[in-house]
Amino acid sequence: MRIGIDVGGTNTDAVLLDGTTVLAANKSATSEDVTAGIIDTLDRLQAERAFDPAQVQAVMIGTTHFINALVEARRLAPTAALRLGLPATASLPPLVDWPSRLVEAVKGRSYLAHGGHEFDGRHIAELDEDELRRHAGDMVAHGVRSVAISSVFSPVSNEFELRAAEILRSELGDDVAISLSHEIGRIGLLERENATIINAALRELAASIVDGLAGAVAGHGIAAPLYLSQNDGTLMDVDFARRYPVATFASGPTNSMRGAALLSGLDTCAVVDVGGTTSDVGVLTHGFPREATTEVDVAGVRTNFRMPDVLSIGIGGGSLVAEDNDLVTVGPRSVGYRLTEEALVFGGTTLTATDIAVAAGWASVGSVDAVADLDPTLVKAALARVAADIADAVERMRTSPDPLPVVAVGGGSILLPDDLPGSLAVHRPDHFAVANAIGAAIAQVGGEVDRVYAIDPGRRDAVVDEARQEAIDRAIAAGADPAQVRIVDFDEVPIPYLPGNATRIRCKAVGDLRLGQS
Amino acid sequence: MTTLTAAELPALARGAAVLGTGGGGDPHIGRLLAEQALRVHGAVEIVSVDDLPDDACVLPVAMMGAPTVMVEKLPSADQIAIAVQTLAKYVGKTPTHIACIEAGGVNSTVPVIAAAQLGLPLVDGDGMGRAFPELQMVLPTLSGIEATPMSIVDEKGNRGVFDTISNQWAERLARSATVDMGCSAIVSLYAMTGAEARESFVPGTLSQCVALGQAIDDARRSLADPVAAVVDRLGGRLLHVGKVVDVQRRTTTGFARGDATVDGLDESLGRLLVLRFQNEHLVAEIDGAAVATTPDLIIVLDSESGEPITTEALRYGHRVSVLAAPADERWHSPAGIDLVGPRYFGYDLDPIRALEVV
Repeated sequence: MRIGIDVGGTNTDAVLLDGTTVLAANKSATSEDVTAGIIDTLDRLQAERAFDPAQVQAVMIGTTHFINALVEARRLAPTAALRLGLPATASLPPLVDWPSRLVEAVKGRSYLAHGGHEFDGRHIAELDEDELRRHAGDMVAHGVRSVAISSVFSPVSNEFELRAAEILRSELGDDVAISLSHEIGRIGLLERENATIINAALRELAASIVDGLAGAVAGHGIAAPLYLSQNDGTLMDVDFARRYPVATFASGPTNSMRGAALLSGLDTCAVVDVGGTTSDVGVLTHGFPREATTEVDVAGVRTNFRMPDVLSIGIGGGSLVAEDNDLVTVGPRSVGYRLTEEALVFGGTTLTATDIAVAAGWASVGSVDAVADLDPTLVKAALARVAADIADAVERMRTSPDPLPVVAVGGGSILLPDDLPGSLAVHRPDHFAVANAIGAAIAQVGGEVDRVYAIDPGRRDAVVDEARQEAIDRAIAAGADPAQVRIVDFDEVPIPYLPGNATRIRCKAVGDLRLGQS
Repeated sequence: MTTLTAAELPALARGAAVLGTGGGGDPHIGRLLAEQALRVHGAVEIVSVDDLPDDACVLPVAMMGAPTVMVEKLPSADQIAIAVQTLAKYVGKTPTHIACIEAGGVNSTVPVIAAAQLGLPLVDGDGMGRAFPELQMVLPTLSGIEATPMSIVDEKGNRGVFDTISNQWAERLARSATVDMGCSAIVSLYAMTGAEARESFVPGTLSQCVALGQAIDDARRSLADPVAAVVDRLGGRLLHVGKVVDVQRRTTTGFARGDATVDGLDESLGRLLVLRFQNEHLVAEIDGAAVATTPDLIIVLDSESGEPITTEALRYGHRVSVLAAPADERWHSPAGIDLVGPRYFGYDLDPIRALEVV
């Protein structure tokens, strides 16, 4: 048995799973006190379906605490950003593109030092250990409690970040947290560095939240290991979560998509989450969300997190339906959360997409009589509009010409027909209200490689094998069952102008979590 | 346009990416550097090609190397001024104007930084009117202006000067040096007089970039069609509207080569367009027949936002509009076609003009 919990900004969902069977599920309001909230949630599960805490093999938690802390700029640690790259990169020092409000919130201090690598692993400059000690002295004098270290091309070689961390640790002591950029992001210095600084600023909060979660689980008599879910749908253990809180940032949408896919029994599909105002469309390939290839702005900071690629369009249950000559439009304007006051079926005066679904007999909410007089041609046209727009969004998200089944979740999914234009079959799973918690509970463990390789003639296969093996080794080191690990994502992009067929290889391996005996 | 301020930089970068025809890389870093330079040093004076004194000493400056490297090993702004100063010292002249040699994501902003740092005016023009991948591929080559002496500078403080027997040799030697310097370097080259710049430059490129960028922005704000705004502004023609259904990439001799297939939608329904690119888009074929080729511009825009799309960013499902626009007429001379025509890039085709096939 395993327990999945998703702590959102508003609601906390929890499920008790045996394999992929849902034994118990509940939803409650998220409480201010993290520990008390988890205890309460576990009590509710226990009440719904009594279980022996000793039988629980693992507890998986997805949380939005960390991204919310950043967005709200609260509980952030005084942070220093140290970059190794001089004499390169000096014109754009760390924190250069941050909003000033956030720089103040992290009491951000920026340091440049010698070091860094070229794309092929040569040193830009040697590390200057005295320079690092001088910077450390200044950090102490300014009360820095967490440090982010970035080095040019550290995804190619991490040696300088590791050595600089050693020196800083000996100068600053063990109480100052150190975050290293090669462990957090990929090629793209400013974006990777930004993610590392955010991580550093969240380290103190991470320690207290993780202690709270662990305390709550242990307090409930569960001795099984605790994991947190990451952006890419894989898990990290508690120690890792203390060190890499930033890796939880997008776990909400990822868990929701993966949970929906599991409930529908599909592992390659589009997931359409139809809410009140928008529909979010994401694509899962072999059970994992496709990642956005573009930079992602978080709280005004440009990063390159591994975020799921989600397309939002302005269609939801509260969308306004309008008729202009022969053209029927649905959305993007919406009554939003006022749906239950303004829609015709709820006694209001606004024609919404929900009214259309009720008039068509696709849903039974509110008063059917209120929409009895709607023109059947209008109803038909509006439904066709919704189907066409959703099909179009799914079409945009497809990465291959193969037909893609659609999994519809969310309160507004009553607007979708059983088949979308383009012969896309629509699946509607049960329990979708707790899809996030299910997504957390079924998460696997992964390892990733993202690096530029110089591929000598005839060596391509060997280099590819090397990258794949490293990803697999990383997944196993992170706790994956060696018998289960497989490569789920492989991407090879040649880099223009570079000699020696320089190629950027990204490779991800995942496997089921190795569970202890129960 | 008489001055350039930080407020115009986003439009400049976006417009330059349009003229970059798929090449030139992500303009984000170049824009950040230029913003900072303008903040520190104030606005840059812009001088039209026509107003250049005959004896002006014009020094173009550019970044050479891989855009993918530049996002990791950020160039240092000092390096850019040093490249200009190194060349000035070697030729024994005092520069009076800075110029842009290529329109494209990064190389439209690098000269802005140099001009701001050195307190020199920037010429409103460039050496191509678009982007091409090799340094001899500029109109000054056609006018017999030599690329060298040229300076090449890295962020470590290494500086070099080449004095070569041809502009092709300049490309070859500078390419090797760039790789050893870590695959990104700043070069200053094609030192020329005001009279030479007037003869060999495409006039008005910077104003054109800013105007293009603003036209896209304005169209979006007023809910008009940004793609049509670009077509109008360039006197070009919309070739095709559709969805990318296939992108094949391969790497050979240091270029990002590939083909992208765009399945027609709306007015292009039932037709298939194939783009052939080598860093830049070089050939467009519809249903197997070439409809536009280098040296004319083949531009790919996001159909909805009008945002220019680089070849690296093309991917399945992207809704794109493909347009063609005339290049500077001098590119269509026999010497111009030898330098940048389809056959130079290995396509066995006579050049086809943007407005030729309807």
